[in-house]
Amino acid sequence: MEAKDLKAIIEQVLQEMNVSSDEKTTAAVAAAAEAAAPKAAASEGISLKIPKKGVELEPSVIEDGCLQDITEIDIRKQYLVENPVNGEAYAEQKMLAPCRLGIGKAGARYKTLPQLEFRAAHSAAQDAVFNDVDEEFVKDQGLFIVQTQCDSKDTYLTRPDLGRKLSPEAVETIKEKCKKNPTVQIYVADGLSSAAVAANIGDLLPAILQGLDSYKIDYGTPFFVKYGRVAVEDEICELTGADVVCTLIGERPGLITATSMSAYIAYKATVGMPEARRTVLSNIHSAGTVPAEAGAHIAEIIKIMLERKVSGTELKL
Amino acid sequence: MRQEIKSIGIDIGTSTTQLVFSRIVVENVAGSYNVPRVSIVEKEVIYRSKIYFTPLRSATEIDADAVKKIVKDEYAAAGMTPADLSTGAVIITGETARKQNANEVLAALSDFAGDFVVATAGPDLESVLAARGAGTDVISEEHRTAVANLDIGGGTTNIAIYQKGTLRGVCCLDIGGRLIKIVDGKISYIFHKTKKLAADHGISIEVGERADEAKLYKICCLMADELAKSLHLLPADDAHKALYTNDGAMLPQEPKLLAVTYSGGVADCIYNAEDADPFRYGDIGVLLGKAVRAQKELSGLTLYQAKETIRATVVGAGTHATDVSGSTIRYDKSYLPIKNIPVLKVSAVDEEDLNTFEEAIRSQLPMFRSEGKLEHVAIAFLGKKRTSFKEIQDLADVIIKGAKEVIESPYPLIVVVENDIGKVLGNALNVKLHNEKPVICIDRIHTSSGDYLDIGEPLVGGQVLPVVNKTLVFNT
Repeated sequence: MEAKDLKAIIEQVLQEMNVSSDEKTTAAVAAAAEAAAPKAAASEGISLKIPKKGVELEPSVIEDGCLQDITEIDIRKQYLVENPVNGEAYAEQKMLAPCRLGIGKAGARYKTLPQLEFRAAHSAAQDAVFNDVDEEFVKDQGLFIVQTQCDSKDTYLTRPDLGRKLSPEAVETIKEKCKKNPTVQIYVADGLSSAAVAANIGDLLPAILQGLDSYKIDYGTPFFVKYGRVAVEDEICELTGADVVCTLIGERPGLITATSMSAYIAYKATVGMPEARRTVLSNIHSAGTVPAEAGAHIAEIIKIMLERKVSGTELKL
Repeated sequence: MRQEIKSIGIDIGTSTTQLVFSRIVVENVAGSYNVPRVSIVEKEVIYRSKIYFTPLRSATEIDADAVKKIVKDEYAAAGMTPADLSTGAVIITGETARKQNANEVLAALSDFAGDFVVATAGPDLESVLAARGAGTDVISEEHRTAVANLDIGGGTTNIAIYQKGTLRGVCCLDIGGRLIKIVDGKISYIFHKTKKLAADHGISIEVGERADEAKLYKICCLMADELAKSLHLLPADDAHKALYTNDGAMLPQEPKLLAVTYSGGVADCIYNAEDADPFRYGDIGVLLGKAVRAQKELSGLTLYQAKETIRATVVGAGTHATDVSGSTIRYDKSYLPIKNIPVLKVSAVDEEDLNTFEEAIRSQLPMFRSEGKLEHVAIAFLGKKRTSFKEIQDLADVIIKGAKEVIESPYPLIVVVENDIGKVLGNALNVKLHNEKPVICIDRIHTSSGDYLDIGEPLVGGQVLPVVNKTLVFNT
């Protein structure tokens, strides 16, 4: 604890105890301050100013400047334990995984900075869920937009069943705009992270399509599904008549990243089929599997799926 | 998915020839919903041969037929056939590598010992293999420290430094237990550099004179001092610098060493003090061991027990020469395996800019022509900064432009990148070449200019390729 904080507390306590003598107060405060930070005071040559009763506090100073963007801190490199036995070894271990460990403490609580970082990460996760994907971005990717039976984010979050069904307009649009009976139908859905779509699709989707090109596998017209849950792919597979359907969908965000994406791929998906028939590739983000390389891998999974004509738990990769 | 492969290691050293068979297990260690990550998860030596004196036809020639017979007999003793083996390394090490017919010996053995077995030598690789066989890399990682392994053999001492599991430097000196040989109590051979080292310190020694233990021990103490100099524990002089093999360089000043392991034939004489006849091996190995043990600066370092001593190099060759590529790669199976692929490295500086990237490939390609024609070549680079789809397309374009000569040759386009972008880059190359040119694009392999690679047949359901990275076959 900072010496001045301690001073303030002791002063307050003494005041509440109704100790009136100035001398007593001064002595007690000085003793406490020295006990709290004897080394700092001695080594830095700071003389502790002890405010006298009746002296006005200085007004607060307003500075121009920028606060550090705490979301830029790499938590693998952040080690805040004071006086560790072997900080170097701990810091090396921290580099192996982004965990909130070795961040010190203030009494029984977090320090201010880790507490703020935690809240920032939590906010990013909430934003990823509650924000919509930027429609301009989606159109720039060459995708048209359709919607499930959810009419709002609230409906989407509270009625998972509606997020698995296309709206009647969506059915019409897909019928009209999509190539019929392609070997592979790929589409993008917001799922639980709009941030994941924005962060990954620009690299992931073209990498899959190029991979399919290199294997000479033909694919249908890709598009975007708003308020989409994974299982809407079953209806889309039936509707387009594709052999393989693949959805690229934002994952439920965590406190480490809000931009993780998954691919759920199924061979001849049908509405109501068991979940076990889906093959999943998760953890696609800049700090996981990088989206471009993941896309190339997804293309190969699709190729193998087409060769073996099965998906999900039956497909041993 | 898990797969077990068998590997052979053959070490034809200055003084001894040995062979080991090992089992290497590769497995996908990633969780089910993740991109596969196939790694070597287990390495075990399953058969150790006897230790033979290397058969020589003359002072400068290895007896290839006798070596071949040793190998053949050991195959029979182990119950192995060349068909059982997927990978391995034959290395001719130390002084022997400078023998006239090394190539002939390697050729004879490569044909005998299975398709994937490769021929390598070179002091840098030997230093690394010995240290890994001795377990120095693991010791440095577990103890979080900097450890040097001194592999003191018959003709040379190979040194490798590992710090926290990472290789930090190698060197090789002409210091060994058989640089002075003794027959019937008389000196029968003295290596010229050893003779000079003694003479520089006022000790004269000639072939034919009686082997005087006290005098030879003094020479061994001088050699031990030279080892301390090589580790920067004592200041190095010009005479010291002349001791490096093939005009090799000294170790870097950093990291500061804290510990040491010893391997090679002399190591057992360092770890275990014995009072038996010092000339029982017909050389000064026992005395050298005693001198190293007593050397003041060296004994100031923490001493760790090596996992292997006299067999360190061969175990290293048998188990540590093989690596596996990254698990998301692109290749054309019909062209594998390919052996002895020279590496064309695009430097990190040239990689920064696409123009210099292209030029670095184009300008280096002529060096890989043999009799005017281009043969196999691997284009290697880091690929750290270009990971977006767009950047990878640009990368593919410059490779295609720079490597036009490769694309027009009958050989496949081989690209080896360190960062995990092999598959997407391979796809881009394929598409841009209209699927008409065979492409082998692998990642997670570290290379340096002048390396040679062997790329084997796919493992674990085709997810990875085994890769052996060899430094210069003979660095002359």
